[in-house]
Amino acid sequence: METVQRKKFTAASWLLLVLFAILAVLMLFPLYALFLASLKPASELFRYGLNVRLDFDVMSLDNYRSIFTGKGEAGHYFEWYSNSVIITVLFTLLSLLFSSMVGYGLGMYRFKGRNLIFTLVLIVMMIPVEIILLPLYKLTVSLKLINTVWGIILPFMVAPLPIFFFRQFALGLPKDFMDAGRIDGCTEFGIFFRIMVPLMAPAYGAITILQAMNSWNNFLWPLIVLRTTDKFTLPIGLASFVTPLGSNYEALIAGAVLAILPILILFLFFQRYFIEGLTVGGVKG
Amino acid sequence: MQQQINREPALASKPRNRLANSQHLAPYLFVLPFIISFLLFFAYPLINAIIMSFQSVLPGEVTFVGLDNYRELWNTDFADALYNSSRYTLFTLLLLIPIPLLLAVMLNSKKMPFSNFFRSTLFIPALTSVVVAGVVFRMIFGELDGALMNSFLHLFGISSQRWLYSSELSMFALLVLASWRWIGINILYFLSALQNIPSDLYEAADIDGAGTRTKFMKITVPLLKPITVYVLTISIYGGYAMFTESYMLWAGKPSPQNIGLTIVGYIYQQGFQYFNLGFGSAIGVTLLGITLAVSMLQLILTGMFKKEE
Repeated sequence: METVQRKKFTAASWLLLVLFAILAVLMLFPLYALFLASLKPASELFRYGLNVRLDFDVMSLDNYRSIFTGKGEAGHYFEWYSNSVIITVLFTLLSLLFSSMVGYGLGMYRFKGRNLIFTLVLIVMMIPVEIILLPLYKLTVSLKLINTVWGIILPFMVAPLPIFFFRQFALGLPKDFMDAGRIDGCTEFGIFFRIMVPLMAPAYGAITILQAMNSWNNFLWPLIVLRTTDKFTLPIGLASFVTPLGSNYEALIAGAVLAILPILILFLFFQRYFIEGLTVGGVKG
Repeated sequence: MQQQINREPALASKPRNRLANSQHLAPYLFVLPFIISFLLFFAYPLINAIIMSFQSVLPGEVTFVGLDNYRELWNTDFADALYNSSRYTLFTLLLLIPIPLLLAVMLNSKKMPFSNFFRSTLFIPALTSVVVAGVVFRMIFGELDGALMNSFLHLFGISSQRWLYSSELSMFALLVLASWRWIGINILYFLSALQNIPSDLYEAADIDGAGTRTKFMKITVPLLKPITVYVLTISIYGGYAMFTESYMLWAGKPSPQNIGLTIVGYIYQQGFQYFNLGFGSAIGVTLLGITLAVSMLQLILTGMFKKEE
């Protein structure tokens, strides 16, 4: 009966199809408009605003060229790009290592203080970091981490949501493997790295995407920590182009398109992991 | 057994190794990164925020001023920020819970063609950073006649609007931006929960002759409660923590008559533009109070305290 129902393309199916097609067009429209704008000279934008006029006479790759040839402030663009890549890679790797360790410790061992620590994880998860922005900034200054990569990474590297997720995952790991490892003379960390880490591969996949995306798109904290143009990350650099006078729209718009590109490409290849990563907190909570 | 006995002396000769092997110590070593990070980057700053909120912090000069900072909160800027953040939070809740829930139910329906394709498409805006999204929406809501929103209005014979100069219109712009980035994510949350609802519940309802609406109200909505509470929680959190969206829409400048000022925007302004760290901390502590109060209220209203888990 089910198969019959599925094959039949009913009126309801058509209605849903039309509704979602309209919705999809609306959702993709802003990105399409951005892409079109990136092909047009800034003068066009100033005269008409962002629009979807297809005018092949004025469209060119000049905006992208201005980034690659590095005229003016746009000269820093690829420096920002590589800063963002470095920070994202370091942040994600360290975050994976530490949050999986903590989550595994909380999920696999029974020890005194376990519940207290788990409660603290939940508290960190529930309190917005924006509340401690100023003292955290003061601390970063006194640790001499202002305007450094580590200043951005260290405070948020051991993140509560990934810990929570790894703990949930670790609760389902086979305890027998631990005893087997011990009998074979493995150290506790040996058991973790050699036996458990491979078993947690799906969790690592989801958290990698989640943390990489957060880091790549992170704005407020880097805005506070970073001071000099050469240290900027991509979002901070792009935001610095958004001045009320709008002096650098060419670089801004082409730069924005190039900033989305890596994440978009990753998404097209690893859709499943993105979806798992994003629903990490919700499903099991 | 034999092997283990043989290994004993080897271990004893390396006390450090034995310590690392200890099953009692190991869990603490595993959770150590969190303990250090919690104490240094969370507990210490949080206590510091509370202390600083009673201080006047100037370079090289810190004085206790009692409740002065809190008294100072009684001003129109803070009232504007509180009003904007609360209004934004409320509207995002009203928009971004029922609509994604309905869309998720539709996507989950057997009658839905290309469900996976639409799921991915609606999710794509979530990949963009708020900075990029802010750039795009700042231009979409531009004041020129040719800008997207205005040319759309022209289709209905409505004249151009200066979107980012009025409280109502700019709130609308912020909400469009929020909906654009969040609908896809919230749909995913609801979808993943929907797929965990056992299908025999619906089959049983079918046998009892229940209609689509009854099934939705009596099965789907109650069973989605945990995920709805989760989405509600992160939406309240996100609503009150909103900053970058308005920062980008007004290009990092103060918005006219504070129409885009949020609580976090006010913290940023006082702390990092006026270096008023004590007062900024008082705003932060107040925000902490607000978020705690709202979460408590929400937990009580949704009855999460009744359930022992």
